[in-house]
This record gives sequence, structure tokens and C-alpha cells, in this order.
Amino acid sequence: MSHGSALPAQRFDWLPLALIPAIALAALPFIPSLPTWVTLTVAGLAMGMMIFMMAAGLTLVFGLMDIMNFAHGVFISVGAYAATSVLLAMKASMQADSLAANLAAIVPAVLAAMALAGFLGWFFERVVIRPVYGDHLKQILVTMGGLIVVEQLIHVVWGPDIIPLPRPATITGSFIVGGAAIERYRVLAVLVGLAVFAAMWLILNRTRLGLLIRAGVENREMVESLGYRIRTLFVGVFIAGSALAGLGGVMWALYQESVNAQIGMQMMVVLFIVLIIGGLGSVGGCFVGALLVGLMANYTGYLAPKLALGSNILLMVLVLLWRPRGLFPVGRG
Amino acid sequence: MAEALLALAGVNTHIGQYHILQGVDFEVPRAGLTMLLGRNGAGKTTTLRTVMGLWQASAGAIRYDGAEITRRTTPERARLGIAYVPENMGIFAGLTVRENLLLAARSGPPDDRRLEWIFRLFPAMQRFWHAHAGNLSGGQKQMLAIARAIVEPRRLLLVDEPTKGLAPSIIANMIDAFRELKRTETTLLVVEQNFHFARSVGDTVAVMDCGRIVHAGRMADLAADDALQQQLLGLSLQAHQ
Repeated sequence: MSHGSALPAQRFDWLPLALIPAIALAALPFIPSLPTWVTLTVAGLAMGMMIFMMAAGLTLVFGLMDIMNFAHGVFISVGAYAATSVLLAMKASMQADSLAANLAAIVPAVLAAMALAGFLGWFFERVVIRPVYGDHLKQILVTMGGLIVVEQLIHVVWGPDIIPLPRPATITGSFIVGGAAIERYRVLAVLVGLAVFAAMWLILNRTRLGLLIRAGVENREMVESLGYRIRTLFVGVFIAGSALAGLGGVMWALYQESVNAQIGMQMMVVLFIVLIIGGLGSVGGCFVGALLVGLMANYTGYLAPKLALGSNILLMVLVLLWRPRGLFPVGRG
Repeated sequence: MAEALLALAGVNTHIGQYHILQGVDFEVPRAGLTMLLGRNGAGKTTTLRTVMGLWQASAGAIRYDGAEITRRTTPERARLGIAYVPENMGIFAGLTVRENLLLAARSGPPDDRRLEWIFRLFPAMQRFWHAHAGNLSGGQKQMLAIARAIVEPRRLLLVDEPTKGLAPSIIANMIDAFRELKRTETTLLVVEQNFHFARSVGDTVAVMDCGRIVHAGRMADLAADDALQQQLLGLSLQAHQ
């Protein structure tokens, strides 16, 4: 059966996407050489992709259930530590100059990180979040408390010291393109980030589950009135978001080449900035916001290191002055 | 006389500290259209939301098709065949018309005959099939909200103020659509402020005031009694005629 479409389909809003090249081009005159600019831009995009992985679950959780989860950082930390344990146990595979051997360590490490973070997410939703649905103040207090408890548990299990985490041999080092040094690991981070975004886009836009999630973000009451149990959907999204944060934690730990118990908590401010810039509940907005924040942090980190965090707050303020509900506001029914 | 499809007995609903429904008793007969009228703040929307389970009754009983559903969750009630069109229409603005209807069809993609029937009721739905719901006009959004509720056969359809903010020509279309709906097996419970609309499509009527039912009977009887209308509906009637 064919169905006519007299009303033009809603045009995609390209303007926020144009901010990414705009911010990169705006930085160009201030950077002394083109190769340095290329290096910083790749570093910014890589950082943005990792931030996106960490933030994507948080924005969906907020959009779907209006939950302010300040403990999201623990999934990042636990993911990073779980992977570290696996990677350090497989030191020989990590140090081998063979991609297959490196993958034999990385794949189980990533799976362990996602599984443990996902399990912790399930436990957290059941024990910490569920009793405080609908009460933002209690959510902030309880999730902050949960964050502190898990951080202390990390001290108990893995110790209070920073654990060095060398990258696998095949993704260490850099290559030169047109005089610019590009770190292999950053290229990998961009590719993984793009793959995660593509997978999320496909699920959200091409499956019935995605349809339900998008509808739930807009109007969860109506989704329930159509006969769907949004709590079940929410628990699934919470676990998936936690697992994704775990993956982000592994990527971030390997990027920093070390882990400490505060690794997740340190990211929370940046994650909230990304969520607000992108529009609460919007995965596309979260993606664009993360890239903007990543680029901004790298450019200002190079030009005026003391302004690195302040510049992202300034970016958020400017975006909100332009679009008070973020770059891609989610319509709430 | 056949048992009513929906029966409320002594239903109370609290929202926070406010005691909104204060012992609502009424019945919705099968396969007809019952209008729920009353002044602003009388408790009409709260009644629909309580029936749908979006607000839980603090006391009393709700029976649907002979079974008590007072403690059932909203999705469970929906799966028993109750559909709800809220006052704000509750459409998913970021989804297309097609996606809105697809989501409402729980048992799989809606069949072509059902869709053709919906398109006859609301031709705009076919024209704007691939358009985002947020781009539709107010009347079209209302049509989508109702189309979504009936994309699969439902036994009880709760509709909150379907003519609110609509132009007279669209209201005329709505009257035709509701008359067509009445020809199906679906029972309708409709909250309305527009008495002309209510009189045109209602079979039975219940009037609320201060969280209670203060009148119940045949719509035709209320439509014929100006004094009773004035007494029960007062200013709201004058404002909407």
C-alpha cells in the first residue's frame, strides 16, 4: 500500500552540525602551524567520541525517566578497572607486536568492562534509583552517595594507588600525515565512537525498540497508555547505558594510560555539559555536544591550558543563549 | 439490561495533598458514547486518568468488563482494550504519522483494511503519512491522536476534550468521525466542554461537579432541558455554545 506525503518531511536541522567545522576553522588562525591544528583536531574528535560513549547512556536515562544520575561516573570507573584487571593479567598478549595477540587481550577486557558496568547498572537501578523515582532532590543525594560508596569499594578491591595501563603494542605510537603526528589510538577511538554512534542510530531509527525509546523520551506516560511497560524498557536502557559507559571507561583509561578511582567522577562535569549542550534526552545532540566539547578542550588546552574547563562552560553558555533547550531539544508531550 | 462495560463505585483520587475525586459513581454502558461534562476543575480529566491508571484511586473500585481493575497498571489496562486520548493529545512530535500509528499497533503492523478505514475517517493521515507529527496542525494532531487510539480495535476509548481549540469546520469533521466510531464495537467515554459537540454525538451523559457525579442520564433528556443545563453546566455552557 502506498501512502502519499503532501506535507514535506521535517528537514533535518543541520545548523548545530555546522558548529563542529565552524569551531575547528575558528581555531585555525590561532594555532601556529597547520600540522599542529590537524593533530589537535584529531585529538579533539577522539576525546569527543570517548565522551560520547560515556554520556550516551546518561542522556537516554534522563530523557526516558527524568532521572538525575550523578553516579553515572561509577560505571566509567568500574569499566576501566575491570578492563585493567584483564589487561594486566594478559600482559604478554598486550606487549606482543601482533594485532591478533593484542585483540585476544582487548576483546575480553572490553567485554568484562561492559558486563561488570552493565551488572552494576542493573543493581544500581534496582537498589538506589528505583526508590527515588520522581524526586530530583533525593535522586541527586542518593546517587551522589552511591558514587562515593562505589569509589570507596574500588579502593578496597583495587587499592588507592594509580594503576599504570600501557596501551597494546599495535595501537601505540603515531604516524605522520602531511607533517601532522596522528596517534594511532586516537584514530581507533574515533572509529569506535563512530561505530557506537552508528549502532545507536540504527537501533533508534530502524527498530521497533528504538521507536519505543524515542517515543518514551518524548512522552513516557503515553507509551504506557499504549500498553508498553516503560519500566522494563528503562531498566534495559539503564543497563545498556551503563555498559556503554564501561566501554567509554576502558577507552578513556587506555587514552590516559592509567586508572584511578576518580576517573569517572572527574568526567561527570564534562558529561553534564555535553548533555546540556546537546539537549537532554537527545542522542544526536549528545554526539554533537561531545565533539564540540572535545575540540574546545583540545584547542584551549593548547592555547590557554588554564581555561580548558572554563572554555567548555563558556561554550555551554553560548549554546544556551542561542538554543535554550540545547542543540537538538527533545519534544516533550 | 446488559452489565455496563465500565463502572466506577465510590472512586476517590488524591493528587498530592489535593482530594480531587470525592466518591465518583457512574457507569458507561456498552457500545455507545457517554459524555462526561462539567465545569473546569470538576474532576473530568482526573476521572479519565484514574480509569486509565495514570493516577491511582485512593479508594473505591473500578470495574471493567466485569473484572476489577483498580490496582492494575496502565499498560495492563491498555492491554485489556482501553485506549486513551489525553487533553494534550500526547502525540509523539518527533515521530512521523506512520511511526505514531505503528507504535500503537501492538500486535504488528496495522492491516490495510483498518488503515483504509482510518484514512476514510481522517484523510489527512494518509496525506501526511511520512510527515513528522510535530509539523501537523492542531486539528490534524487531534485526528492523529484518535487514529492512534483506534489503529487496532479497542473496547473502550477514553477521549479528553477532542474539540478543544479546534475550528468549527474541524469540529464538524470530528462529529462525523465520532458518529462513525459509534457504529463500531468500541464504547466511548468522552470528556467535553463543547455542548454542541456533546449533544451531537452523546448517547448518555454524566455531569461532574466538585469531584462527584451530580447527574447521569440520557443525553437527549439533558439537551431538551434548558433549565437543567443551566443548573448543571452554568457558565461553561454559555461559553461554548
